[in-house]
Amino acid sequence: MLETTVDECSLRTYDEINRKIEAGKAVVLTAEEIIEYVDKHGLEEAAKTVDVVTTATFGPMCSSGCFLNFGHSSPRIRMTEAWISDVAAYCGVAAVDVYLGATQLRHSDPANMYEVGEFRYGGGHVIEDLVAGKALQLFALSYGTDDYPRREIRTMFTIHDLNQAIMTNPRNCYQNYNVAVNCSEKRIYTYMGILEPNIRNATYCSAGQLSPLLNDPWYRTIGIGTSVWLAGARGLVYAEGTQHSPSVLRGENGVPMEGSGTLALTGDMKQMKPEFVRGVSMKGYGVSLALGVGIPIPILNIDILRATCVRDRDIFASIVDYSTDYPERTGKSITRVTYEQLRTGEITLNEKKVPVSALSSYHKAREVAALLKDEITAGDFPLSQPSTPLPRAQGMNKLEIRGAVR
Amino acid sequence: MTTTTQVTKKVYLFFPKSETEKPIVYHLVKDYNLIINIFRAKVTPQEEGYLSLDVTGTPEDIQRGLDYVKTFNVAITEGNKGVLWNAERCTHCTNCTVHCPTHALHIADAATRRVAYDETECIECLSCLESYPYGVCSSMY
Repeated sequence: MLETTVDECSLRTYDEINRKIEAGKAVVLTAEEIIEYVDKHGLEEAAKTVDVVTTATFGPMCSSGCFLNFGHSSPRIRMTEAWISDVAAYCGVAAVDVYLGATQLRHSDPANMYEVGEFRYGGGHVIEDLVAGKALQLFALSYGTDDYPRREIRTMFTIHDLNQAIMTNPRNCYQNYNVAVNCSEKRIYTYMGILEPNIRNATYCSAGQLSPLLNDPWYRTIGIGTSVWLAGARGLVYAEGTQHSPSVLRGENGVPMEGSGTLALTGDMKQMKPEFVRGVSMKGYGVSLALGVGIPIPILNIDILRATCVRDRDIFASIVDYSTDYPERTGKSITRVTYEQLRTGEITLNEKKVPVSALSSYHKAREVAALLKDEITAGDFPLSQPSTPLPRAQGMNKLEIRGAVR
Repeated sequence: MTTTTQVTKKVYLFFPKSETEKPIVYHLVKDYNLIINIFRAKVTPQEEGYLSLDVTGTPEDIQRGLDYVKTFNVAITEGNKGVLWNAERCTHCTNCTVHCPTHALHIADAATRRVAYDETECIECLSCLESYPYGVCSSMY
């Protein structure tokens, strides 16, 4: 108990860190660099020296989208249906506000109707094109009112023409994720990529030792109000993410072995860098959006520092059969493997060697962690103390199918 | 008896409409002693055509063969041009690497997880085109 008290003793406060950042004197390491640093100098020494550890991830995050405000035309329109480059946007908000979701298919996309769909363009790609500054087409309809008489509008626009383009993502940065395999006899197409029959391949999706919530497994520093690097913009955590369910099986290090925590993030798309906002096409599944996210962790005490030293070999992920157990929601998993094993590109299952690949990009996550480190070191990215912590104990409700109401 | 070693060269041919009915590959085999390994072809009479192939033979025979092809209105590009990998748009997610049977798409650096494309290993099976979530690989035809 005494040790715990010592470990929770404050090393520095948010204010002290921010003063150092402002003075350009903060010591910042990435979540990869801190591992080596602590190995070399020890935890105590690192605790004295290091102010901030930067974490990062890059991968498909389906629960993403953006609010756009087009400004008013003359005469005005109160849009009831709108399409951006033929991708529908939700209009059930004010006159010229819309919400465009990452997984929205393009109008007339045959989906999986005739053969396995390719899903080449959708909401995620529109968001990519917007951030890249490309010209897109707005087409919108209305029923016409006394104050908003226009019934139809068609025009080209870029992100610079919009009043606001605010990315608003209900669920990003899943703390951990399944490893997907296919135990059936035929190929399947999933959001985890193409899975060949009889476990001929496996896919995973996490930045492992670099990933934000794996470096802060109990949400000691990442909470509502935390400033984040969202694709290059200074964004923030605005709520717990949807399906945030921290009450899952965890290892002795507190690191969850399955999904667990999530974050709802927001940020100004006009400040984003296009190389970290990428539309995703998953054959046979649909479209999505891949994002680069970086989150700084202030080293307030030794416990927080220790958690940032987590390595791929200490983080387990559950292998799930996406041919039956996932779709049928049986809750079964085959076994667990570490990210160290996954990153070798091969795991052994039932004495068979299985090639492994990822949907997330460790390469891009490293880039994000380094960019965020540079911004903090240069004094451009002050940290913010969360206003409210994320829930630490909470499960996930199942959707019960009850009799239809007559 | 020649002792010249055999070499293999990758070639990508583009046939305009006018040349798609000529048996060029037959002559490369018969008259220039070349071993032809076709990866992919789309040659239909009265339409533009494309052909990706390996030619194996002595450097002299290959040169003579290619000179022969040049007498037609056929555009020759050396190297693998049938499948394109856009390095700038690659996110290095590695998803393509397990679907690529020849490991032309591979992890070049284990520490940084950087993906690279070795076009000489590509057999143009096009499996990267269907298992590439970021749309980085494309086919010329």
